[in-house]
Amino acid sequence: MSNVFPKWSNALPLKIIVFIFILAAAIVSGVTYYATPSYTRVGYQPAQPVLYDHSFHVGELGLDCRYCHSAVEESGHANIPAASTCMSCHSTIKTDSPLLEPVRASFASGEPVPWVRVHETPDYVYFNHSVHVNRGVSCVECHGKVNEMEIVTHDQSLSMGWCLDCHRNPEEHIRPVDQVTNLDWVHPGGKKGQIEDGLKFVEEWKINPPQSCSGCHR
Amino acid sequence: MRYVYLVSIVGVIGLIALLGPRGSVTTRPPIEVFPDMDRMPKYHPQAKSAFFADGRTDRLPVEGTIARGTYYEDEYFATGKNGEAFGKGFPIDVDNDAMARGEDRYNIYCSVCHGAAGDGDSMTKKYGMLTVANLVDQRLVDYTDGQLYDVVKNGKGLMLGYADRLSVEDRWNVVLYVRALQRAANGTKDDLTPAKREELGL
Repeated sequence: MSNVFPKWSNALPLKIIVFIFILAAAIVSGVTYYATPSYTRVGYQPAQPVLYDHSFHVGELGLDCRYCHSAVEESGHANIPAASTCMSCHSTIKTDSPLLEPVRASFASGEPVPWVRVHETPDYVYFNHSVHVNRGVSCVECHGKVNEMEIVTHDQSLSMGWCLDCHRNPEEHIRPVDQVTNLDWVHPGGKKGQIEDGLKFVEEWKINPPQSCSGCHR
Repeated sequence: MRYVYLVSIVGVIGLIALLGPRGSVTTRPPIEVFPDMDRMPKYHPQAKSAFFADGRTDRLPVEGTIARGTYYEDEYFATGKNGEAFGKGFPIDVDNDAMARGEDRYNIYCSVCHGAAGDGDSMTKKYGMLTVANLVDQRLVDYTDGQLYDVVKNGKGLMLGYADRLSVEDRWNVVLYVRALQRAANGTKDDLTPAKREELGL
């Protein structure tokens, strides 16, 4: 009977337990790192039907965000411009560029250009653009430096924890309302000045970002 | 056991290599790890619709109707015209708020081509917008307010109208600011107060 299990099998249960622990640790770290919007969403850069270059139009020409996303101050939804907005200039400039063919076709037919949505919160999130931009939350806080992007890329995670970071400490992120669409603006007083002014804005504008569930979920 | 560890380590390294770090640029749509009720059968602005024949959730107004809140009884306020002719004067309150709002809107929608000073010297000119009007030119100073309003609303020549992006009130605010730019560009010493004239030695 003594020969049924060899001697090395004595240590086996312990080894298996240790291995299971290591495996569990690896799985937990893996899920923490990968199963979050910081991994799944950030860096998403879909191919668009027209290679609209924000870095040129905004960075070089100096278009204001609202030239195209014109409803952002009044509406919860920051609109994608109609083809007529593009044609404001492109009926004069680069009128025969093959890259602009979808825009011209849309302008002529009224059928929308099939832009691919980059930033998309879950359907149970009710994010309102207008309340944010009218209270000094810059576009750059959520969308990154779009003025330097050749192709729009998902820059921030837009996860709930990330939203709450700002809702809990709004003074770190709000700026004078006239600088909201100036994506390169940083507080001239650095971090300290930002918080000082931020606290002032929070008080003056009576900013009270909701932290309850129903603030964003209905 | 040594082999189990070796295989696991190789497996983990392989997986990391495959998944890449956070923030890697990709054209693949994001995976929703816990999809719960992330996507519901409801309509979003500017989204696709499986219901309507044209495939859009955004609906155009039914023919022969206008949306609530977009009808203005005051014809001059809405069109810049009294009957057939362009009118004169501002149907809005002319004050600092209107001027500030006009400046703000002008700098978003107009300065791209007409330049911050209204003289047509702008960034887009360098890229081929050569037919842009000089707003401070006498020709446009002679335009009536209603005529300027009509250009903002409906466009003129190669310029498309801005009715979709500027509300009726904002169009008038912009016209008001354009008037201020014209005044600034075409000022003479007679516009100064006597005290200022003396100060500048004119």
